[in-house]
Amino acid sequence: MWDYSDKVKEHFFNPKNAGAVADANATGEVGSISCGDALRLTLKVDDDSEIILEAGFQTFGCGSAIASSSVLTEMIIGMTIDDALKVTNQDIAAQLEGLPPEKMHCSVMGREALQAAIANYRGEVWKDDHEEGALICKCFAIDAVMIEEMVWANKLRTVEDVTNFTKAGGGCAACHEDIEAILEKVLAEKGEKFDPTAAPVAQPEKLTAVKGPMTNLQRIKKIEEVLESLRPSLLADGGDVELVEVIGNTAYVNMTGACNGCQMAAMTIAGIQQRLMEVMGEFIKVVPASEMSKLAQIEVA
Amino acid sequence: MADIYLDNNATTKVDHEVVDVMIPYFLEQYGNPSSIHKFADGVARGLKNARQQVQALIGCEHDSEIIFTSCGTESNSTALLSAIKAQPNKKEIITTTVEHPAILSLCEHLEKEGYTIHRLPVDKAGRLNIESYKKLLSDQVAIVSIMWANNETGTIFPVAEMAELAHAAGVMFHTDAVQAVGKIPMMLQDTKIDMLSLSGHKLHAPKGIGVLYLRRGTRYRPLLRGGHQERGRRAGTENSASIVGLGKACELALNYIEYENTTVKEMRDRLEKGITESIPHCFVTGDLYNRLPNTTDIAFEYIEGESILMLLNKAGIAASSGSACTSGSLEPSHVMRAMDIPYTAAHGTIRFSFSRYNTMAEVDAVLEVMPSIVKTLRKLSPYWDGDGPVANPEQAFAPTYA
Repeated sequence: MWDYSDKVKEHFFNPKNAGAVADANATGEVGSISCGDALRLTLKVDDDSEIILEAGFQTFGCGSAIASSSVLTEMIIGMTIDDALKVTNQDIAAQLEGLPPEKMHCSVMGREALQAAIANYRGEVWKDDHEEGALICKCFAIDAVMIEEMVWANKLRTVEDVTNFTKAGGGCAACHEDIEAILEKVLAEKGEKFDPTAAPVAQPEKLTAVKGPMTNLQRIKKIEEVLESLRPSLLADGGDVELVEVIGNTAYVNMTGACNGCQMAAMTIAGIQQRLMEVMGEFIKVVPASEMSKLAQIEVA
Repeated sequence: MADIYLDNNATTKVDHEVVDVMIPYFLEQYGNPSSIHKFADGVARGLKNARQQVQALIGCEHDSEIIFTSCGTESNSTALLSAIKAQPNKKEIITTTVEHPAILSLCEHLEKEGYTIHRLPVDKAGRLNIESYKKLLSDQVAIVSIMWANNETGTIFPVAEMAELAHAAGVMFHTDAVQAVGKIPMMLQDTKIDMLSLSGHKLHAPKGIGVLYLRRGTRYRPLLRGGHQERGRRAGTENSASIVGLGKACELALNYIEYENTTVKEMRDRLEKGITESIPHCFVTGDLYNRLPNTTDIAFEYIEGESILMLLNKAGIAASSGSACTSGSLEPSHVMRAMDIPYTAAHGTIRFSFSRYNTMAEVDAVLEVMPSIVKTLRKLSPYWDGDGPVANPEQAFAPTYA
């Protein structure tokens, strides 16, 4: 069974705003019955203030789909439609205290239903802009379609390339066989052959490994440098990382933005640690800053 | 009432008698069966006894035809890979679209390596077409692998008949029987089945122990080499405690085989009848007249399986579903798709699978809560309106693919 947060369970067992709004003036229907998730969102929008007065959902789907729909209606009632459009799927997931990576698409469906409903209110036609494939990398929730597109667009040739461009495969590495299969398929379509030993097409920004023991100041500078290089990919997901303290070979960090409360934060921290160790050539432990208070208590004791 | 376990096709509770016979092999007779001292002198006897207990349950001619493995999946992989290694010139495999992933994923992998995989389709009731099977048999086929009973619907395939046909065509025949062994009587020595896989944890033995039955004289290549264990056919120190446990479990299964096909079947039938009579828009999937006695798979239309399971779990009832969401995949169960069950029903399938530990009182308890669970979820469904589905559900709600 999935490790659902208490918040997900709360919204699943006692959904809010279930059913269609009686005199709705905005309707969004999204999802895919073949995938087993579909949602109809109905809104009553005040024409003068453009404030969402009522929202109701009807969902065919799993526990997290129903919870995402329920929490979405709670979040947007009282918002203007312009503000509601700023709600991201990470916001929905965060409000639910996190979703398992396989279930993040439920929050995406919520955001899309909202966009579709608002488009409907404005008399526009909403166009779906993404296609979802089978989940390949469970650490960073990257699906096959995303990887294929990146392989095509950036002429990627190796698993390392794919990891550099999408993060897929950068965590536990269990999906490398699947990534190789995608590379084989796409390269075959291009008339090329997959060669696992090919040189990476695009080297990630090279950070020279530091030799020999470092002073604490050197170490902190180096850690900052590595975090800076990783920041763009975190920002792309609506998250960020902040270095709080370095004690010996332990770096204390704060995961902020979308990373905060995301169930994948632990994986991200593991990924950061891996990168730090590669660049610095020494053992570095990355720990959430929240653990610092425990350390202080140990020292006092 | 205590929690109710109706997910016995997924795995079973280990029988207390099984645990009892295993314990001495952890604490006293823990020696390596190959060693010559008193910590091991009873182990070989224990293993031999277990081999005979398995032999009795599946009705094979010799106890040396039993090879202990680590699980059903290992047995399946060993069987298929052995057949293709022993017959390198044969490049075709016949199987079905509804096999367990233990067979299907392996076949997909072999397909990439150049093998031709023939996947027999099933009809809407989950049955195979024997005529199209006959046409595929040829001297190019390395092995036929057909499950004895389907894990989701319980549908039984005519493996004895299919093995005869394969044998007549000179083709090896394997059956994945992990769901069938212990639930229906079998007498392998009267069949032409060359290999059979079974798994301990499906019949009240522990997880991590399985068997590959290998008919004497069948050409064979081991998967694991490296020792004399299992007569060199499966190297690796014997899992003696689990082997002894599996032996005991087989003995018990044989004793209960009539109970399974009478009392357990009555419980299943009562649940199935009760649900289909009290809940509108639901139906039983698979071949109703040719099924395992313990399994029923019911499709509840217009709602999704994981939601049903979560509400069942809250009511203390354990079952499983063929919906995409329970597995994190994008498609509902391949078995439901193969039977052409519409998406609006395939995602709402719930499998209830019984064992001899279940009771009629438990059946009544499930019947008590099931209608309100379905009602609760249908209230949330865009395909449902009041007391029935919306008119033309597929047209009334046609979401943008997202």
